[in-house]
Amino acid sequence: MAECVRQRFGEPVSMRVAYGQALVELGKARDDVVVLSADVANSDHSYMFEDAFPERFLNVGIAEQALVDVAVGLANGGKVPIANTFAFLFATRALEQVRTHLCYGQANVKLAGAYAGLSDSFDGPTHHSVTDLAIMRSLPHMAVVVPADPVGLNRLLPQIAAWEGPVFFRLCRNEVPVIFREGYEPQIGKGMVLREGADVTIVGCGVMVARCLEAAQQLAVAGTDARVVEMHTLKPLDEELVARCAVETGALVTVEEHSIIGGLGGAVAEALAAREPVPLERVGLADTFAESGPYGEILDKYGLSVGAIAAAAQRAVGRKRMGGSG
Amino acid sequence: MTMTDMNAGLPLVYPYGPRHTPEMVDDLARRAFEFRIQVLRMVYAQQTGHIGGAFSVAEILTALFFHHLRIDPADPNWPERDRLVFSKGHACAMLYTCMAHRGYFPIDELATFRCLNSCLQGHPERQKTPGIEVPAGPLGHGVAVGAGMALAARMDALKPGKGHPRYRVYIVLGDGEIDAGVIWEGALVAAKYRLDNLVAVLDYNGVQQTGTTADVLPTEPIVDKWRAFGWHTIEVHGHNVRGVLDALDEADEIHARPVMIVARTTKGKGVSFMENDNRWHGKPPTTEEFEAALEELEGEVARWQSV
Repeated sequence: MAECVRQRFGEPVSMRVAYGQALVELGKARDDVVVLSADVANSDHSYMFEDAFPERFLNVGIAEQALVDVAVGLANGGKVPIANTFAFLFATRALEQVRTHLCYGQANVKLAGAYAGLSDSFDGPTHHSVTDLAIMRSLPHMAVVVPADPVGLNRLLPQIAAWEGPVFFRLCRNEVPVIFREGYEPQIGKGMVLREGADVTIVGCGVMVARCLEAAQQLAVAGTDARVVEMHTLKPLDEELVARCAVETGALVTVEEHSIIGGLGGAVAEALAAREPVPLERVGLADTFAESGPYGEILDKYGLSVGAIAAAAQRAVGRKRMGGSG
Repeated sequence: MTMTDMNAGLPLVYPYGPRHTPEMVDDLARRAFEFRIQVLRMVYAQQTGHIGGAFSVAEILTALFFHHLRIDPADPNWPERDRLVFSKGHACAMLYTCMAHRGYFPIDELATFRCLNSCLQGHPERQKTPGIEVPAGPLGHGVAVGAGMALAARMDALKPGKGHPRYRVYIVLGDGEIDAGVIWEGALVAAKYRLDNLVAVLDYNGVQQTGTTADVLPTEPIVDKWRAFGWHTIEVHGHNVRGVLDALDEADEIHARPVMIVARTTKGKGVSFMENDNRWHGKPPTTEEFEAALEELEGEVARWQSV
C-alpha cells in the first residue's frame, strides 16, 4: 500500500464542509479568487467563503447560464472565478456558455460541480449527475478533476485555481471515508498508484476510490493481486500510467460514479486502444438513470458495490487468461 | 490621476481629441458609410457573411471605436482599456472593419475575412484577433458577460491603494438576440449589483433572420422592459452620430444603475433594396447587387464629404 493511504479509513467527513473550508483557505491565499453561486451556497457550503469574503462572493440567483457568463466576465478582468452549482447544471443547462467561453474562448473559469454522481441520492435522477464527466471531457481545453476525499480536495483545489485555463471539478455531497494521510501529494494530470498489484489494475476516481481499495482487499483474499490507481484527473489523462499498467498487469477495470459511456471508462478505453489494447471492464451506471434512495444503497443497486468491482476485476483477469483483449 | 496623466504616452486613445466637434461628427458619419463599403466588399468577395446587421450597427461602432472607448490599439491588452462586448457576433464584418481602421491589425487583413488561416474568423474569436474580448456568435451572452466584467472592474476600483485598473464596460446587442433568456438573467444580475460602469447599446433594427422582430417574437415595449428590469434607459436615433455620442456621454453620468441605450436603426441601412429586408441578414450580394449597392453607398460618402 502506498504511504499516503491510511491502513484503516478515517471516520467519514462531509465533503461539503471540507469544500467550504478549502475555499476559505484558498481565499486567504489568493485575493484574485471570486466565488459565484446560483443560489445553492448552503447546499455546496460555498457560503463559508461568503462569510469570510463577502466582497468576493456573488449570488446570481437561479440563473446557471448567467452564472457561467458572469464568471467569464470576471476572468476577463483578471479574477479567478470559481462558479458553483450542481454538476448536472453545468454539464447541461449552461453547457453552451461553457463550450463557447471557457473552451473556445479559453476563459480562466473554474466550475465546481456539486452533488456529483448519485450523491444527491434522495432528490433522485433529476439531480443526479451521471453524464457530466463525458460531456466536459469532450470539450477542447477543458481539464476535468475528481477529488476522492477531503484530503485530496484540499491538495487539489489550490492546483485547480492555479491551472491556466478552464477546469471542471466534481464534488460528492455526502460524508465520505477519509482515504489519505496528510502526506498525500497529488498533481493534476498524474494518476497515483495507491496499491501495487500484478494481476489486474483497478482505476478509480472520486468516492469510488475507497471502494476500489476495499475490492482489492477482497480480491487478495481470493488470491488475485490487484493494483489500485487513483485517476483524479480525467483530462489531461495520465496515458503513460494507463499504458504502464496495461503492460505490467495485462488487464484493467475502471470504476466511476458515472455512466460507463465517455467518462473515466471511456478515457481509459481510448488510451488503451491507442497504445496497449488489453481487456478492460468498466464499472459504472450501465447507460441508465438511477432512482431515489439512500446513497450507499443506490450505488450498490446500480452496479457500484465493492463486490461488483471485485467481480469485474475477476472478469478482466479471466479475459486476459483467455488471451488477447477478447 | 487626471485624464492627461492616464493617457500619457498614449496618443491613439482619443484620435479626435476629448470633445465632440461638428467636424468630428461629420467625419465619423462619413466613415460609417466608408466602412459599409468595406463590409460590402468583404462579403461580396467571399460570398459569405452578414450585411444587414453590420450596416445597422455602423454608426454605433464607429462612435465607440473612434471616440468614446478609452482604448489603445497598440496595446490591446492594456489593463485599463474599456471593454467592448460585441454580442451580435454575426455582424463582425463591421467590427473587424472598425478595428482595422482604428489600428488593431492591418487593413489588408480584412480581405482574408472568413478565409482559411485568417485571423478574422466567421464570428469573433479572442485568441486569433487582437482586441476581441470574448467570442460571440451564439446569441445572448453579452449582458451577463459584460456584467461580470463590470463586477471585476468594481472589485478593483474598491480595493485600497493605487495602481488597480479602472475601466468601463460597453455591450453592443442585437434586437433579435434579446429573445434569449440569458439576456434577461444577465439584466437582473446587472441591476442587482447596480453596475453603473456598464452600458449596453441595443441595435434596434426591428428585423431578424426570418422576419421582423414584431412577428418572430414580440419584445415591445422594449424600453419599458429594460426600465422594469432596473436599468436606466436612453432612446436615440442610432444612425445619428451626434445622438449616439451624446447618449454614450449621458450614460456615463448615470449612477447606481446599468444603462441601456435603445438605438433605433435600420437593418441594411444605406442601400435602398437591403433596408428592412430580412433576406439581407445573411445573404451575399450578386455582382449586379454589389454594383448597385456600391453606387448608393459611394453617393452617401460623397454627400458627407461635401458637408
